[in-house]
Amino acid sequence: MITIRVDNKKLTVKEGTNLLKACLDNDIYIPNLCYVEKMSHPPASCRLCFVEIEGEKHPIPACTVKVTREIVVKTDSPGVRQLQKVALQLLLSVHHLDCRNCEANRKCALQKIAKFLNVGLKSKHLDHFLKEMEIDQRHPFLNYYPNRCVLCGRCIHVCRDRNKQAQLTFANRGFDTVISFFIKPGAPPLQCDACRACIEACPVAAILPKISN
Amino acid sequence: MLPELTAEEKSILDDVKTDLAEISKERSKLIPILQFIQSKINYLPQVAINLVADHLDISPSEVYGVATFYNQFRFNPPGRNPVKVCMGTACHVRGGDIILENFERKLEIKEGETTPDREFSVERVACVGCCALAPVAIMGETVHGHMQPSKVEGLVLRVRIEKEKQEREKQKNEPGK
Repeated sequence: MITIRVDNKKLTVKEGTNLLKACLDNDIYIPNLCYVEKMSHPPASCRLCFVEIEGEKHPIPACTVKVTREIVVKTDSPGVRQLQKVALQLLLSVHHLDCRNCEANRKCALQKIAKFLNVGLKSKHLDHFLKEMEIDQRHPFLNYYPNRCVLCGRCIHVCRDRNKQAQLTFANRGFDTVISFFIKPGAPPLQCDACRACIEACPVAAILPKISN
Repeated sequence: MLPELTAEEKSILDDVKTDLAEISKERSKLIPILQFIQSKINYLPQVAINLVADHLDISPSEVYGVATFYNQFRFNPPGRNPVKVCMGTACHVRGGDIILENFERKLEIKEGETTPDREFSVERVACVGCCALAPVAIMGETVHGHMQPSKVEGLVLRVRIEKEKQEREKQKNEPGK
């Protein structure tokens, strides 16, 4: 067991514990979107879970840190908050803000983090870019909403975790990146209807079942 | 809709299948295999994605994700008259996007696609190196400078008329058919 100090609170954690998980388990909230418990290599792609660790020059994504020694962590320094706010604003600048008609309304991770960081959902100084396609309905069981998606990759991770091979994937690149899939013609029908792991994992209701019940 | 495979392409794919057997099944071979298939058949048809996925024992989605990431892979066969519209800085400033849009509208396909008769394909390219002629489009091997919407119309029409002429002559030469 190792004792670490987070925001002046002493935590005793097992060696090798993920720092982000250690903090969340001890009621120290750090904004995060892409981390899934037990990930062996967190992608650290959402750029939200930054913390400052004493002795380190720059803020580090907490999900990439394994606790191996006694460290002093700050989760709410001005530098960290600045990074988190900008990352969130960039995510929101490509997000279709239609909360009233969105299934995730009130349980949306973006709303929660925006409230926590005190960031408005509409950014004044960033342009707003949306993809042309509103709903991708090609999948037999799922509807995908590219303009809600934050590209955290949780759906791909849980799909691979549960089904050995990921049926979902990132496709294209840059601003055009979407979650997509490729079904082999004539392959046995997918078991997506029974699994639904991706739907549960999505923080923003970008993947929904075709027939909602 | 993606164009159907031609008989020739099917036979090439059969050859590819035998060639694949000799390539090892490591994940790191994914991109080399995709490149190999595209060098044979000039694009990646859907069946090819499944072929690679089966060979490497990964999900077709994963192959698809990698293939869409790289610009070098295409999913539509190149047309007999591939149109490349320059989107370099100079052409962009002189309205290259308007030329591209004209081609797309005239041929009723989007950038990166091929017409159902496989006569035309349209793609955007970065600078082709003759910025003084901006905006530039390349059809086949020929560079067309100072493009205008009317020229787009003319180029497409010329190819279509010539094709018609050839077909008529063919019919004349084979009256029995």
